[in-house]
Amino acid sequence: MSDVSFVRKEMLPEKAPPASEVGVLGWIRHNLFSSWLNSILTLISLFFIYYVLSNILSWTFESVWNANSLSECREIMMATWGDTHGHACWGVIKDRWLQLLYGFYPPYPAHPDATWSNPPETGSWPAYFRPNLTFVLLLVAIAPVLFPKAPRKLLYVTAAYPFLLPWLMWGGSIWGPLMVAAGFVIGYIAYKLVISAVGSLTALILAIVLPLLWWLFAAGPVAGAINSAIPLGIEPVQSRDFGGFMLAILLGVVAIGVSLPIGIVLALGRQSDLLIVKYLCVGFIEFIRGVPLITLLFVASLLLNLFLPPGTNFDIILRVMIMMTLFSAAYMAEVIRGGLAALPRGQYEGADSLGLNYWQAQRLIIMPQALKISIPGIVSTFIGIFKDTTLVSIIGLFDVIGLTNGIRADTAWNGVYWELFAFIGVLFFVVCFSMSRYSMYLERKLQTGHR
Amino acid sequence: MLLYDTRYRSATIQVIALIGFMLLAAWIITNTIQNLEALGKPVEFGFFGEPASYDINQRLLEYDSRDSHLRAAFIGLLNTLVVAVLGCITATIIGVFVGVLRLSNNWLVARIMTVYVEMFRNVPVLLWIVLAMAILIESLPAPRAFRGDNPTATMDFFNSVAVTNRGVYVPEFLFSRSLGDIHFFGTSSLRFDVSLDLIAVLVVLGGSIFAMRKVSAWATAAQESTGDRPTIWHINLAILFVPMIVLLGALGFHLGYPELKGFNFTGGTHMRNSLIALWLALSLYTAAFIAEIVRAGIMAISKGQTEAASALGLRPGRTMRLVILPQALRVIIPPMISNYLNLTKNSSLAIAVGYMDITGTLGGITMNQTGRELECVLLLMLVYLAISLSISAVMNWYNNRVKLVER
Repeated sequence: MSDVSFVRKEMLPEKAPPASEVGVLGWIRHNLFSSWLNSILTLISLFFIYYVLSNILSWTFESVWNANSLSECREIMMATWGDTHGHACWGVIKDRWLQLLYGFYPPYPAHPDATWSNPPETGSWPAYFRPNLTFVLLLVAIAPVLFPKAPRKLLYVTAAYPFLLPWLMWGGSIWGPLMVAAGFVIGYIAYKLVISAVGSLTALILAIVLPLLWWLFAAGPVAGAINSAIPLGIEPVQSRDFGGFMLAILLGVVAIGVSLPIGIVLALGRQSDLLIVKYLCVGFIEFIRGVPLITLLFVASLLLNLFLPPGTNFDIILRVMIMMTLFSAAYMAEVIRGGLAALPRGQYEGADSLGLNYWQAQRLIIMPQALKISIPGIVSTFIGIFKDTTLVSIIGLFDVIGLTNGIRADTAWNGVYWELFAFIGVLFFVVCFSMSRYSMYLERKLQTGHR
Repeated sequence: MLLYDTRYRSATIQVIALIGFMLLAAWIITNTIQNLEALGKPVEFGFFGEPASYDINQRLLEYDSRDSHLRAAFIGLLNTLVVAVLGCITATIIGVFVGVLRLSNNWLVARIMTVYVEMFRNVPVLLWIVLAMAILIESLPAPRAFRGDNPTATMDFFNSVAVTNRGVYVPEFLFSRSLGDIHFFGTSSLRFDVSLDLIAVLVVLGGSIFAMRKVSAWATAAQESTGDRPTIWHINLAILFVPMIVLLGALGFHLGYPELKGFNFTGGTHMRNSLIALWLALSLYTAAFIAEIVRAGIMAISKGQTEAASALGLRPGRTMRLVILPQALRVIIPPMISNYLNLTKNSSLAIAVGYMDITGTLGGITMNQTGRELECVLLLMLVYLAISLSISAVMNWYNNRVKLVER
């Protein structure tokens, strides 16, 4: 009997997978044409994308850059394409982009009459040196906070920044901000000196009361005295000249920076066992979250001066900053409370069993974890408050959206909408989108769990 | 010292906090009283009775400029609620649609939806509102474009809807044998009329739905006792439609179409640009957030749930209805309601496009005319606070109802 085998003895060579399953073709088949419904959806989407892109791209790129008024724009369009529709007139951005970015902030504050519309006289510094420097310093100051790889020495800039920002933006004597900073130094020194003599609590009270007394009564006169002896300062700029995207960044940075610590305190207060403290915090948070920001801005512009001693009249931008900070602090508190509530009870009990007191436990165990959990919420609160800075145009500040009305009121640019809105939209999109991407990066980096 | 004694420590801290708070409040109140005295404006609400003498062009109830400020505020409040309810409905529909499509197998569709969501979430809502307003005013045809033998614009939907740059005109419901209205609150500022026709329609509709549920219950009982489910869909259809058609016929129901007369359209319901722009922008903006919530809710349900349901022999539709949705909704609903709340609060941006909501009336023209900033702003806050707190109350009730019972 011959050796007949009914089963193949040697292995067949491996075949390449069918062309329709791998590579670009396979991907297209699986992701775009996997079923009838999907194919139809794909075709509709392709048509939609073609329609939108063909309109937007031709509008964006078949456009006029060199024109000084809308009518001139239209003449050029008629001459070039024989049609005024479907072409952007970027001349308005070219003409007004400085105003959209800086509002009426003087480019050379040493010459207070020079604004974006008066041909600016050249100063000893480049145009818009102060806001630009403030912005660059902002990036330097937040770099060590955002990226752990940045040099630690930059933290000194971060510490100095809260005093540098108002001085650079509003100008005036340098002694004012320095004296305010001195308050913190006084508090710190008092705490260090006294803590060995009396208890930590008395030292703490002293470290709070002494700087308060200094700020209320001594800082002003001392700054004035030093200034008359050694006048050192830069040209002051009025608040009414602030505007544009710069104002959005200014308000956003202050509200974001100040609201985080206040929000943490409020969240802790709301979680606390002390009943009265808890209800004060709950009342504050729910009140702020229950009303629209615009009513709080009304309070800032109309009522805040009524609440203060007669005769006080302080800056509108400062008032808006206060209300926006309170607003975002309430939202921040709720986000952080969510993080605190998400921590397992064992973490609190573990901290107790190690013998840590309340503040040590918060600082070393609870807060690092709670803040990590709430990063997405914190960043979306940041994005929200940054977008909400545009609301100040309703109470008459010249932020970007408020400025568009001003630009349209000019006869040269009467009737120009889309270019301005597109420009503003792109500005906000870039900032907000990068914030949300950074939060995703941070989440991934801090991910230590087992998921 | 009281602070070092653990028995009294918390009480001491609380008393200090309370005293501090009361001192702050007293300081603010005395300052306010002094300031108001200096301005010669004592706090009083008498101005609410005075004639408002401004017009509100988009309104639900009758109002004219001789009506009081209180009436204007009431009309404004209704306008706020109108745009909030309309916005919540459309935002939910768009949001759920986009959220589901973002999880689509189709790469292209998912990408388009991602672009939509990112585009709307990262640009301020105020910009969307003014942009929508600009689009409506600038790009829609003027009423005169509808005129002449060879008009450049035509009405949509079988000549029933006119979309113009002065607003959208839609057909209105009319009853030729109307039952009339009931008047509430006589001639006071809060008076409103409720159409008896509307009540009749609602009563009949409610009765029909009640009867349909009875029939379904009867069918279920029959199925449990005999094993066969009687066919009831035609009965249900008849119950739903026959009484309604009879009622509408009896009331003489017909549609009033908008018509071009002179320079403008007359007849029909006129929805102004400000309302449409606000509605559109708020819905699209909030829908982007709702889409993310829906996506997160669906993704939060583990695949094991679907597999377990099919192991039990449930069909896909029932798996969705009985297993997935109840769990997904527990994740979806609370943030969804807080987004409704945000939409309602964002509707106060109506003031940017001139839609007369409560911010535009009470916080806008009334405040500017009477100069009563304190009273107007405080009342405005109270109104919004009341709306927010009632929505939160609903949310807490729902959360407690669906909460997982843990150890």
